[in-house]
Amino acid sequence: MTAAASKYVWSHKHLLGLEHLTAEDIRFILQTARGFEGVSTRSVKKVPALRGKVVVNLFFEPSTRTKSSFYLAASRLSADTLDFSASGSSLSKGETVVDTARNIEAMGVDVIVVRHKQSGVPQLLAESVACSVVNAGDGAHEHPTQALLDMYTMGQRLNRPDFDFSGLNVAIVGDIAHSRVARSNIHGLQKLGANVLLVGPPTLVPRTFEALGCEVHHDLDAVLSRIDVANMLRVQFERITSQAFPSVREYATVFGLSAPRLAKMKKDVLVMHPGPINRGLEIESAVADGPNSAILQQVANGLAVRMAVLFLVHGAQYMNAEGENDE
Amino acid sequence: MKVLADETQIATLMDRLAKEFGAEVEASDAPWAIVGIRSRGDVLAQRLARRVKVEYSGNVDIALYRDDLSEVGPQPIVRTTEIDFPIDGVNILLVDDVLMTGRSVRAAIQSLIDFGRPRKIKLMVLVDRGGRELPIAPDYVGQRVNTEPDQLVEVRITPTDPDDEIVMFKRPRKAEGRP
Repeated sequence: MTAAASKYVWSHKHLLGLEHLTAEDIRFILQTARGFEGVSTRSVKKVPALRGKVVVNLFFEPSTRTKSSFYLAASRLSADTLDFSASGSSLSKGETVVDTARNIEAMGVDVIVVRHKQSGVPQLLAESVACSVVNAGDGAHEHPTQALLDMYTMGQRLNRPDFDFSGLNVAIVGDIAHSRVARSNIHGLQKLGANVLLVGPPTLVPRTFEALGCEVHHDLDAVLSRIDVANMLRVQFERITSQAFPSVREYATVFGLSAPRLAKMKKDVLVMHPGPINRGLEIESAVADGPNSAILQQVANGLAVRMAVLFLVHGAQYMNAEGENDE
Repeated sequence: MKVLADETQIATLMDRLAKEFGAEVEASDAPWAIVGIRSRGDVLAQRLARRVKVEYSGNVDIALYRDDLSEVGPQPIVRTTEIDFPIDGVNILLVDDVLMTGRSVRAAIQSLIDFGRPRKIKLMVLVDRGGRELPIAPDYVGQRVNTEPDQLVEVRITPTDPDDEIVMFKRPRKAEGRP
């Protein structure tokens, strides 16, 4: 290990969000993920790094891709995995979230991956249990692994292997107010040096976001030519309770990424979407499936990033005082 | 600190190793690959590959295969493993800098086998310092040295380090071991 590389030590037992990580922490996760990327292409798609450990998916909200991605990431690290879904569990019998987590922990669990519709639940669990906690999305607060995989994909596609994003204009378009993906991305991208533009109707992109140091725009066409990366968020019908925009068709016309809009953007603009896509609403099919799109690459990278996160948070549990690491 | 070999002596060792290994490659009809173990073995493997022409070359990072992951300190730094060739039926020469317990080599072998079924795997090390904890024996050895457990042997090699040298010193109280 070179002197420079050995100076930095990952010390976080939990991953609750990107807001409280440093740029160095974030780059370390992304660089670690690179070492995991090749695992999925081997004939044996597994490494023994977490052999004999147990990772629990504790999802209080429906999820297919994030849950599958964490499940597969844990499997590829040779950990045992357990799925604990809210429906049909004792939660419907009145048990509190903390009691549920403590009961699961009592079974000898090493990492809890949690998703909950309430912001702050991962934090609460981290304070209540002894094992590691990874946030897989809490309310409209944070979804750190999604932002990490977005940034990993950007580093890869824009050829910035050191994950220094200075000089890049990254637009996050859509329902920012209800989006935990947006919040994690804002924190992460700014730490890595990018300029963040939030674009959407005033009901979904309030001016208050300027306080986070972002540009707020309500006219997508006005900023098209400046954008290096467009992260098109999904319109979350299930979270919008009031009438945030007049009609779906109007939203698609004003804020959807259509082929004519793409033609007005930089030639090598990167188009991303956290999925699942509402085709024809926030993004047109031809754009989603076109050469500028990184959507499927994001999914593949999610696996490597989540492997890195599980590996790192678990290892931090065993840090001894000296941090000694013998041959 | 004691210098066991300087730049010229390392060059002589590498000359001999290249010659010995070259003879084996010459005499065999199966394809060969030279695979270095990160993070010094890969540099030695590249140097060897410039001398002995073989079909393939690659690197393995053993961080994910260590058997002591939860025994010691923070997680080791994970680097990329680069095996970009079909491994089935290929003869592989594993290259590492210092051989002691044999645990790194065991991890590297397991990692290689997860890529497929090589025809055979051989081991070359620049320094064998004894102290094996596993039944692992090198096929090519640059230099053998007798050491005490509290001594450290380090191979320093450009461009990873400023100079080429093999040094031996007493383990500092707060050791900074290499994964």
